[in-house]
Amino acid sequence: MSQYLLSVYASTDGAVEGAPQTPEEMQSFMARVMALEEEMDAAGAFAFGGALHGPDAATVVSGGTGLDKVITDGPFVEAKEHIGGFYVISAEDLDGALAWAEKVVEATNHAIEVRPFRGTGRLKDQVGH
Amino acid sequence: MEDIERAFREAHGPAVATLVRVFGDISLAEDAVQEAFAAAVERWPRDGMPDNPAGWIVRTARNAAVDVVRRDARGRELVAQAAREHDEAVTVADVTLAEEDDVSLRDDQLRLIFTCCHPALCVEHQVALTLRLVAGLNPGEVARAFLVSEATMAKRLVRARYKIKAAHIPYRVPGDGELPARLRPVLSVLYLVYNTGSDDREGRTALRTEAIRLARTLATLMPDEPEVLGLLALMLLNEARLPARGPEVTLLRDQDRSRWNRPLIREGHDLAVAALRHPRPGPFALQAAIQGAHCAAATFQDTDWPAILRLYDRLVSVMPTPVVRLNRAIVVAEVDGPAAALSLVEAIMPELAGYYLLHATRASLLERLGRIEEAQDAYRRAGELAPSAAETRFLVAKQTAMNKFAAD
Repeated sequence: MSQYLLSVYASTDGAVEGAPQTPEEMQSFMARVMALEEEMDAAGAFAFGGALHGPDAATVVSGGTGLDKVITDGPFVEAKEHIGGFYVISAEDLDGALAWAEKVVEATNHAIEVRPFRGTGRLKDQVGH
Repeated sequence: MEDIERAFREAHGPAVATLVRVFGDISLAEDAVQEAFAAAVERWPRDGMPDNPAGWIVRTARNAAVDVVRRDARGRELVAQAAREHDEAVTVADVTLAEEDDVSLRDDQLRLIFTCCHPALCVEHQVALTLRLVAGLNPGEVARAFLVSEATMAKRLVRARYKIKAAHIPYRVPGDGELPARLRPVLSVLYLVYNTGSDDREGRTALRTEAIRLARTLATLMPDEPEVLGLLALMLLNEARLPARGPEVTLLRDQDRSRWNRPLIREGHDLAVAALRHPRPGPFALQAAIQGAHCAAATFQDTDWPAILRLYDRLVSVMPTPVVRLNRAIVVAEVDGPAAALSLVEAIMPELAGYYLLHATRASLLERLGRIEEAQDAYRRAGELAPSAAETRFLVAKQTAMNKFAAD
């Protein structure tokens, strides 16, 4: 099994293309997403997921090892788009992950980026100590 | 030496395909096949060619790969990876002997083709991988054909292999449900390779041969897929007419049809008929049928234009691109006259304003309608946009002929 990050990109003002506009649309959106998440759970594919506040709520801590740390307002990179929410899912291979991504696109009406994890969990588990 | 080269090219795809299945690693498979080639270069001239060169290469490469797995770090990493993926202890023997008795060359080759053309890879990478791994061209040849440096091509191959590995692009033939969507990029890669070989720039004509060879392999592997048959038919019917085209542009109506390759036309025609028998023929089957109808006419005047127009109507319904609509308009000119065709062409103009063939078509229709000055302008515009010197010469000659006409 491999793990993949399925992420939704939102524009900096928080707007997500294809997002529900009316209360009715919102209700049907939530019903679709909840049904999908149940399906992920039943298949043992759901590892973690979440929706993020926008880059306006972001704070950067920088500096480096052995140096004074600097705290600054704002996102790490000024960009037009930021990750708005994500799932971490388990799948047999990329085709399995893409099949979940298609379902997320269908439920949310957003484009999804699929990225494989190079490693997951605690580093000591990954390096095999 | 030529025999050996041909044997290498034919053995490369099947050998890499089998080794990727057995060892689960593309780079290891390629290295092992290269090692087998090196052994062949040394032994074949001395001991003579084996009866089954491809089989010899697969066997030798497999032994080379087993050696690697046994002795070096990469082998240990492969074993460890297999163990992680299967959550159990795996030994060298398990990895190297996996499915030893299930040597299904057919499925292996299909797996390799579908992996190389996986939609998660960009087109440049799909093409590079297919030509390198399946067709067995060396990276230098592929680079020259696509007018990029060897370093750029090598980088593409490295990136593509990296993504296959990192993202776990599977090594399998898609199931029936996904097959139509997954077959599409495979067919477009082969068609792109064929078309890239259609201009006579050095090092490119070999691409046509390779594309046809790959399409033939695919048609043997998937004899029930109408679009595969349609693609092969389309390539063969085009190939059959190339001898009638010289270095200069020769219109279909002016081609010496006695120079067409009849056996290729017959083969392409039979394939097109088989592809068209499908209840809902796709774009390649319909394009092949259209080319088949052109090839069936003994002279340009004998062309069955109404039948071709009916095929174009069906093609537009499955592939409503502006270029297809432009080609349909050219047929409309033969059925309903140039005025009807001109209004169709002018409706497409905003979408294809930069396409020289739109202006050339428009020019020829204006010429037929006696609108000489407008025709001249359109020929000039087409000549400015033409992609090759031969095409520009042809269009300038047309424009000049118009000048004489206007002066008379």
